[in-house]
Amino acid sequence: MDFLNALVVLTNFVIVPGLAYGAQLAIGALGVTLIYGILRFSNFAHGDTMAFGTVATILFTWIFQGWGLSFGPLPTALLALPFGIGLTALFLLGTDRVVYRFYRQQKAKPVILVIVSLGVMFIMNGLTRVFLSLGAYAFAPERERDTRGTDDVNFFDGERFIITARNFKEMTGLDEGLAIKSTQGITLITAIIVVALLFWFLNKTRTGKSMRAFSDNEDLALLSGINPERVVMVTWLIVAALTTTAGVLYGLDKSFKAFTFFQLLLPIFAAAIVGGLGSPLGAIAGGFVVAFAEVAITYPLKKVLGYLLPESLAPDSLVQLISTDYKFAISFVILIIVLLFKPTGLFKGQSV
Amino acid sequence: MTHSMRAPLLFVLVAGLIIFTGFWKGPNVALTIVNYGLISAIMALGVNLQWGFAGLFNVGIMGFVALGGLASVLISMPPVKEAWSAGGLQIIFALLIGAATVVGAVMAQKRLKGRAKTLATLAILIVGFFVFRSIFDAGVQAVEAINPAATGYLGGLNFVGANWFSIIGWPVGGLLAAGAAWLIGKTALGLRSDYLAIATLGIAEIILAVLKNEDWLSRGVKNVVGLPRPVPYETDLQKDPSFVESAANFGLDPVLASTLYAKLLYAGLFTIFLVIILWMAQKALNSPWGRMMRAIRDNEVAAEAMGKDVTARHLQIFILGSAICGIAGAMITTLDSQLTPTSYQPLRFTFLIWVMVIVGGSGNNFGAVLGGFLIWWLWVMVEELGLILMGGLTFGMAEGSALKALLIDSAAHMRLLTMGLILLLVLRFSPRGLVPEK
Repeated sequence: MDFLNALVVLTNFVIVPGLAYGAQLAIGALGVTLIYGILRFSNFAHGDTMAFGTVATILFTWIFQGWGLSFGPLPTALLALPFGIGLTALFLLGTDRVVYRFYRQQKAKPVILVIVSLGVMFIMNGLTRVFLSLGAYAFAPERERDTRGTDDVNFFDGERFIITARNFKEMTGLDEGLAIKSTQGITLITAIIVVALLFWFLNKTRTGKSMRAFSDNEDLALLSGINPERVVMVTWLIVAALTTTAGVLYGLDKSFKAFTFFQLLLPIFAAAIVGGLGSPLGAIAGGFVVAFAEVAITYPLKKVLGYLLPESLAPDSLVQLISTDYKFAISFVILIIVLLFKPTGLFKGQSV
Repeated sequence: MTHSMRAPLLFVLVAGLIIFTGFWKGPNVALTIVNYGLISAIMALGVNLQWGFAGLFNVGIMGFVALGGLASVLISMPPVKEAWSAGGLQIIFALLIGAATVVGAVMAQKRLKGRAKTLATLAILIVGFFVFRSIFDAGVQAVEAINPAATGYLGGLNFVGANWFSIIGWPVGGLLAAGAAWLIGKTALGLRSDYLAIATLGIAEIILAVLKNEDWLSRGVKNVVGLPRPVPYETDLQKDPSFVESAANFGLDPVLASTLYAKLLYAGLFTIFLVIILWMAQKALNSPWGRMMRAIRDNEVAAEAMGKDVTARHLQIFILGSAICGIAGAMITTLDSQLTPTSYQPLRFTFLIWVMVIVGGSGNNFGAVLGGFLIWWLWVMVEELGLILMGGLTFGMAEGSALKALLIDSAAHMRLLTMGLILLLVLRFSPRGLVPEK
């Protein structure tokens, strides 16, 4: 019984949140890895693209709520997601047209593109915040009307839990409860759909195959008549879908805050590099590695050990290996370990 | 306009902008811009060393600046004696154990082979970690319990209580930053260029997390305030009859005169440091070492074929550049006379410096200095201009309308937008900057 209780506690506080967070990171890292594979630079604007996509979705959510639309027990944001993706895709294609294409034609060094992406990040950062406050003024329900660009926004509606802790206790008769938030369920299901779609696209369709060919060997791909501009366009479209989905899932699960999304850049990059830059499978694996490390190492193990160990050995302190304030340090340490021992990542990426 | 006249003219232009600000907003505002401009110029020189000379992409400038700030506190604040006797030595001892653990693990990695290597490394790390935590946590608790409202930390090393100690903190800030840079450079240099960027991004976040959470070291988010300053305090000057008299001779009000005097002294100190660093950077640029660096930057493969150790040279210049950022960071903390970890924002302390270097002209030291002043002036002024613009836009609107408040509020975000736009425009249309490399 004690063992089961310990298992439930661990599932409740580590495994379920870790799975959800891992899925969010994985979708984010897929975007980074795709851009790296096709456009060959690390996109520092990725976190802010996620923020932009989320804000776009939040605005549509507010509009739909204004019309009285709802998605039953599911959050309205899911209904708004395709529209958010559409807006983000337009924005990304515009950025590519105005900014990145020039450097591509110049065959600029990757590091120049990274700096350019920094500039794009600045602009997106400002735009996102202005959009959010203007959008809130125009569309938001009464209580959200004063939202400012830097505020925390909670845009979740619908049913909160799939299983509540109390229901679980009644069902199983255990002392410990297991609560599964509906956002965690939604995250996992969406992630599976997104990943399945992406892999189907990359492996089965003609465009997907040409993208992989382009990523493997650009010159050869060009020789065989692949249109590079089309490949790049499709990449941005997919990236728009991935970033917006990742951002919305993270925002539903926690909340939206522009600066937090910028900070997600580090775990997302860590995930992509741990998996091997340029490898989609690696990005998914990396996402879960980073997420589980972060959640498990910052979780106080006192309760779990209390169940598992005999009473005389039960710990007094929290047995928290590292305080949650240092969760960024964990993704960083994982990153450093991978750089030191396996610079190409778990699944051989392109990078050395 | 001939090439040689371009840089001096631009400097005159920037000086004109600042003087204009002085007439518009008052001399205090202008002098504040000058002081922060001087510090920004030093930071830009450090980044120019890394990017302009060697093509290294450092996105963690904020971290090195924050370390400099920490050094400023550690040197200039008086020590908290009770805290030292309560748990100071214990913390130091724990840190030594932590360092020994890491060294031991590295030794095990180097000396042993096969499975023994992995097992020994893991064992050393795990045992070391728990020993470290048990000693460290007790020490930290003891230190943080001592008068947490006023101190609750170990304080600094200013045993004599001298105000000029803060100047010693500046080079020490450089040393701390150099140490962190060595750690990062050792792991991330020699790999792809983007890896250094990501690693520096990470280290900056970690340094900041340490400053925010290790209360025994930096008081965390409770901030350290009232750092001793190397220049006289305004209130003391106003009480000094001879100062009041000489101020009157200039026809100045003593309050205004004292604020200007203190700021001018700071400006003098910063200028000395800037000139020394600029002189050294110029010497380095024109030395065989500088030529080698540019050769490596322009073609790593060729330089390596000529027998240059590219990774070692990169490490060298990366440490030097970061150290300069650390010095500037210590200066900023002294100038603010407080350490507020929450005020370190990557946009302000990392990306803004990048804009300075690229707009000024990467690879040219004078360009970096020019960029430092110009972009700092813009950074201060853009918000003003944004407010004026929004004021114009909202002129017809009713007082207290929500939309008006909203538009005026969004002027704050104009800074980010403008800086990004400037960066992109310069990169696109004048990638070599205002004062190009020769």
